[in-house]
Amino acid sequence: MDLSAINPVLFVAGFLVAATPLIFAAVGELVVERTGVLNLGVEGMMIMGAICGFATAVETGSPLLGFVAAAVGGATISLLFVFLTQVMLANQVASGLALTLFGLGFSALMGQSYVGVKPPRLGDVDFGPLSDIPVIGPILLTHDIILYLGLALVAAVWATLKFTRIGLVLRAVGENHDAAHALGYKVVRIRTAAIMFGGACAGLGGAYISLIRVPQWTEGMTAGVGWIALALVVFASWKPWRVLAGAYLFGGITQLQLNLQGAGVAIPVEYLAMSPYVITIVVLVILSADKSAAPGSLGRTFHASS
Amino acid sequence: MKFTKLMTGAAMAMALATGALADGHAKTKLGFVYVGPVGDGGWTYEHNKGRLAVEAEFGDAVETVFVENVAEGPDSERVMTQMALDGADMIFTTSFGYMDPTINVAAKFPNVKFEHATGYKRADNVSTYSARFYEGRAIQGHIAGKMTKSNTVGYIGSYPIPEVIRGINSAFLHARKANPDVQFKIVWAYTWFDPAKEADAAKVLIEQGADVILQHTDSTAPQAAAQEAGNVITFGQASDMAQYAPLPRVSSIIDDWAPYYIARTKAVMDGTWESTDTWDGIGAGMVGIGEISDAVPADVKAEALALKASIADGSYMPFTGPIKKQDGSDWLADGETADDGTLAGMNFYVEGIEGDIPQ
Repeated sequence: MDLSAINPVLFVAGFLVAATPLIFAAVGELVVERTGVLNLGVEGMMIMGAICGFATAVETGSPLLGFVAAAVGGATISLLFVFLTQVMLANQVASGLALTLFGLGFSALMGQSYVGVKPPRLGDVDFGPLSDIPVIGPILLTHDIILYLGLALVAAVWATLKFTRIGLVLRAVGENHDAAHALGYKVVRIRTAAIMFGGACAGLGGAYISLIRVPQWTEGMTAGVGWIALALVVFASWKPWRVLAGAYLFGGITQLQLNLQGAGVAIPVEYLAMSPYVITIVVLVILSADKSAAPGSLGRTFHASS
Repeated sequence: MKFTKLMTGAAMAMALATGALADGHAKTKLGFVYVGPVGDGGWTYEHNKGRLAVEAEFGDAVETVFVENVAEGPDSERVMTQMALDGADMIFTTSFGYMDPTINVAAKFPNVKFEHATGYKRADNVSTYSARFYEGRAIQGHIAGKMTKSNTVGYIGSYPIPEVIRGINSAFLHARKANPDVQFKIVWAYTWFDPAKEADAAKVLIEQGADVILQHTDSTAPQAAAQEAGNVITFGQASDMAQYAPLPRVSSIIDDWAPYYIARTKAVMDGTWESTDTWDGIGAGMVGIGEISDAVPADVKAEALALKASIADGSYMPFTGPIKKQDGSDWLADGETADDGTLAGMNFYVEGIEGDIPQ
C-alpha cells in the first residue's frame, strides 16, 4: 500500500472532469421531471449528443461547434419522446426506454465512419497567473470552458426554479398539471420545452464524454452514465445543488477506487463499485424526513380533456 | 410470451430450412455472439474481421449473423438460443463469460456446433479456442521494461480471470528481465468495454507515475489518454490500433481469428467437425505482433523481434523457470516450463508483483 502515490490535487481535478457529463445529464433531467415528465431516455439522448458533437467537431475542426451540435442533436432526438408522450399520450416509461434503445442504435449507425478518428481538442481556459495559485489553481482553474458551463448551468437552473416566474410555472405544471391547466398555462407546450432542454443538456453531457473525457467515438461509449443521471435526480430529491454534490460523489468514488487500486489498497472493488448506490439509498432514507417529495404529476399523462 | 417467441423462432427456422431446400443447396449458417460493438477497434472488431473473412472465403455458401453488445449471462443464453432456433449450424461465442451459457444452450441443441473463445469447458458439440496472448505480452513486457523511465508500468486489467492474470505475469516477467527495477501498478476496471472508465483508469495510472500503459480491455480510450498526457507509451490490444502510432502506441498484439474461423466453417461443411481445444500462438499466426514503431530504439526493437522469433519457432517458452510465486513459494524449477493446464487455470501472481488478485 502506498497512499502517497495518490496526488490529491490531480485526484480532485480528475473527478471534477469525471462528474461533468453526469451534471449535464442530471440537471437536464431534473428540469424535465420538475415539469412532471419522467424521461428514461437520457442515455439515448446522451449518446446521440456524443456522436453529433463528435461528428461536427471532426468535420468543422471546432470542438465548440461540436458542443452546439450536440445540444441540438440531443434536443432533436428528444422530440421523438415529445411526440410519443405529449402528442400521442403514450406511456412515458416505455417511450423513454424506446428512446434509449433508438438512440443507441441510431448513434451507432451515424458513427460508422467515425470509429478511430481523433477529434480536435478543446483547450483549457487560460486564467493566466491565477492558475499558479497552489492547490486551488490546479484543481479549479485548469479545465475547459464546458466544465465551467456545467457549473453555471446548475446555478442558473437553481435560480430559475427558485426565483423566477418561469420557474414557478414550471413547478406548478409538475406538481399538478390539471390545476396549471385550469389557470391557463399551456401544459404540453411547457413540457415540450422542458423535454427539449433536457435533451440538449444530455447531448452536451454525451459530447463531453466523446470530445473531452475519452476523447474518441465508439459505439455505446456512454456506458450507463445516463442511467446514473436518472438515479442522481432521485438522489438529489429534485434539487439542483444536490445534483452537483451527488455527481461529485458518484464521479469521485469511481476515481477514488481506481486511485486506491493503483496505490495497492486491497479494498474489494465491488464494494466501491456499489457504494454510490448504497449511499443513494441511505441518503434517500435520511431525506425522507425532508418534505420535498417527487413532483406530484411525475410520470402521469396529461390531456386537456381530463 | 416465451411460448410465442419459441413458436416464432421455430417457424422462422422452418421457413429458413424449407427456403434452403427450395434453393437446391443448403447454406451453412453461422452465428456470432459479440461482447462489445464491432466498432470497438479491439477484441470484437477482430472477431468480426474473422467473420467477414469467412464470408469472403465461402461467398454464397455461408450465411452469417451476429449480435453485438451481448451481456455475459442470461442475455447471452437468450441470444444463442435464438440463433440456434433460427437454424444456425455453428455458433461462435466470443467472450469468456459466455462459457456456461454456451454449455447450457449446447446441451439443448445437440445438432448445432458451438465454438467458445477463451473458455475451458467443452462438450461433444462445444469446442474451445483461444490464442496464446501471453506470448505477445512477453514481447510487450520486454519493450515496456526497456522503455520506462519512471520504472512504473501501469496495467489496466478487465476481470481477474486466468486469461488476464497470465498476461500480467508474462508481461511482468519479461519487463523485469529487461529492467530489474520495474514495478507494475495494476488497476481492475471490471469491464471489457467502457471507454470512459478505461480512460479514467489510464489517467489515474499516469498520474501515479506510470509512463507505460498496458491494457487488457477492448477500447482505444487508454491510447487517447496516453496521447494527451504525452511521454507515455501504450500497446495496441487485440487489434493493431495503428491510428495511434508511432506514439503513444509503439507495438501491438493482434488477434487473427480468420484462418481458424475459415477452417472450422470448412469442417462443418465437410461434416468433419469435431470438438477440439485449440490454443495457438505466434507460431501458428493466431497472435500477431503489430509493427514496432520508430519510437522504440533500434536495439530494443531487435531484441523484441528476436524474442518473437524464438517464441514462434518454439525454442523459448515465456514461462520458463526459475519462477517463484508471489508468496515466495517455488513454481517452476530452473529450465522447467509451465504446462498448459497450469496456464489455463492461473490464479496467482509471480514473485515481484505487488498487490492482491481481487477474489
